[in-house]
Amino acid sequence: MSRRIVGVLCCLLLVLSAAPTMAKDLQVGFVYVSPIGDAGWSYAHDQGRLYIDKLDGVTTSYVEAVPEGPDSERVMLNMARKNYDLIFATSFGYMDPMLKVAKKFPKTTFMHCSGYKTADNMGNYFGRMYQARYLSGMVAGSMTKSNILGYAAAFPIPEVIRGINAFTLGAQAVNPDVQVRVVWTKTWYDPATEKEAAKSLLDVGADVIAQHQDSPGPQEAAQEKGVYSIGYNSDMSSFAPKSHLCAPVWNWGPYYKEVVDAVRAGTFKPEAVWFGMEHGIVDLSPMSDMVPADVQKAVLAKKEAITSGQAKIFVGPIKDQAGKERVPAGQTADDGALLGMDYFIQGVIGTTE
Amino acid sequence: MLNLTAYKRQEPHPWSSCLVFLAAVLLSLAVSAILLKLQGKPALQGIELLFRGALGSRWSIEDCLIKAIPIFLCSLGVAIAFRLQIWNIGAEGQFALGAIGATWAALTFPDQPAYLLLPLMAVMAFVAGGLWGLVPALLKLRMRANEIIVTLMLNYIAILLLDYLVYGRWKDPGSFGFPMTKTFSATAIVPKITGTEINWGLGLCLICGMVMWVFFRFTRKGFELKVAGENLNATRYAGLPYEKLVCFVMITSGALAGWAGFIEASATINRLQPSIMVGYGYTAIVVAWLARLNPLTIGIASFLLAALRVGIENLQLELQVPAAFGGIMEGMILLTVLAGSYFNEFGFRLRRRS
Repeated sequence: MSRRIVGVLCCLLLVLSAAPTMAKDLQVGFVYVSPIGDAGWSYAHDQGRLYIDKLDGVTTSYVEAVPEGPDSERVMLNMARKNYDLIFATSFGYMDPMLKVAKKFPKTTFMHCSGYKTADNMGNYFGRMYQARYLSGMVAGSMTKSNILGYAAAFPIPEVIRGINAFTLGAQAVNPDVQVRVVWTKTWYDPATEKEAAKSLLDVGADVIAQHQDSPGPQEAAQEKGVYSIGYNSDMSSFAPKSHLCAPVWNWGPYYKEVVDAVRAGTFKPEAVWFGMEHGIVDLSPMSDMVPADVQKAVLAKKEAITSGQAKIFVGPIKDQAGKERVPAGQTADDGALLGMDYFIQGVIGTTE
Repeated sequence: MLNLTAYKRQEPHPWSSCLVFLAAVLLSLAVSAILLKLQGKPALQGIELLFRGALGSRWSIEDCLIKAIPIFLCSLGVAIAFRLQIWNIGAEGQFALGAIGATWAALTFPDQPAYLLLPLMAVMAFVAGGLWGLVPALLKLRMRANEIIVTLMLNYIAILLLDYLVYGRWKDPGSFGFPMTKTFSATAIVPKITGTEINWGLGLCLICGMVMWVFFRFTRKGFELKVAGENLNATRYAGLPYEKLVCFVMITSGALAGWAGFIEASATINRLQPSIMVGYGYTAIVVAWLARLNPLTIGIASFLLAALRVGIENLQLELQVPAAFGGIMEGMILLTVLAGSYFNEFGFRLRRRS
């Protein structure tokens, strides 16, 4: 009898002691490379953060404008020491610092965006933005009169190069004479420099400005000159309503919820995921009224085909600037080739150095 | 009628610099608290979070020390040049060259044991940074080129050189095209002080600081430097080798910044990549001035600035204040401290006007 009472008491104690830990919110931290007010890359991730912040039992926080390097390692360490359960780091340069921290805190889950390394408690994720870039290229190629498209881009790394090539392929699909001129800004986030880069493209006759940056600076430059532009990261039409045609956009919220659910359910697996439009992680923002209906229709049809998996982007024959065949006719570039892409295709004016 | 007039003190008041510094920091903190309040954040708790994030635990103090290492070395470097009134704005570029020099050694001899490789990396960083510092010195002496402009311009060249190497020649083939070198071999990484997360760069800082202090206090050359910095004509009249002094300070200055680059590349990043450049070379100028070019005070100022930057991250994480808030605080502290130095040099007298 007394044994049974002791047993019941023990159970009660166990339940009581376990209850607070079960009720504890899942703490999720985000590390951003630029301020969330950038309307671009970090803003898009922060929208994802707000999406999961609304969930029951999830609290989130973030640190913005963290330089890639030792500073980011310290920020992540600080989160892990404060018992954050899940940490998202959303810039390529956070990869190695995150790996170091992940080894020290095996109970915390780490998610790195845009890299390639994983560990037992660290996954990485990215989206096939090149699919949406292709669609935006179709829009740009249809709208240009000078047949010169400008592209203000941050750094010559595979992600950016891939986007430029996809954009060019999209533009060439509707307008074979088009050429894409690229200017490197060597910065992710510097609105003034981005704007200057866009202006230099306008000076060589570009009449549609696309970009791979973190701010709407290029959009503003295009609007001032009265030419069209293609945004990036988020729908930037409010910054340049008369110029903004459409934007390849990120939509991280649903995916972040999946990760949160997996961590809570204990089913998290450290994978390297690279989702495309079929997963909704990348998309094309609604097109402006300035884009003619038939162009919109063609773009949406292509989007449909990409989403369903029928259409691929990097289908041969694809030749690089020097005329060397990179993807043979009839073949599709595999993910390895895409991830390490370091050449421009024909039709791009610029250098990947 | 009473009238307040300022007069220049013959001797700075012994305790005033300390008091003024404290008052300035308190004033900036008070204004920061008001700013927090205006954003609808709890002001006092915010200041507490700032302190706790920077100094509240053992590891946060370690973090501050780690961050202070490159700031201190760069700052010591620019301070020695400033002593001679040579305005070296080029610590940023010399830092980059130091990192490049050390990386060259690390990539060329990855299999050498640490006791050979680390000194070689240090020497290469010293030479590369020092030579980068010597260029503006020679241009100044031979062609009367203004060293402010030359050192500033050389910063951009140095960063482009670094970019060229990591985007091209030294790019890790396994990096999927991302601009960075291979991870250094284990023997090319400056080890940590046992039992802590701090690397031995801290030891290097202590040695450099001591040497600099002894140099200015007890050596003839140090004295010459001080004199030459105060009065150029007197220097020439006394037959001091001004040109040699200029070359000497610029080499030392560049070499110290180079060492900061070496420690950053080796100990904290373990490779060379463009994001190694986070502006320590410019921070160093601020710190050197805050510390009035004194090696000991530079140590304190480097630590405090590092602490501020580390603490702000905690404040951001807990209260979600914008990152720009850190920049505002930093600017405010600099402004108040520099403005406060007026009270060091000037006293006030009440005068009865008849």
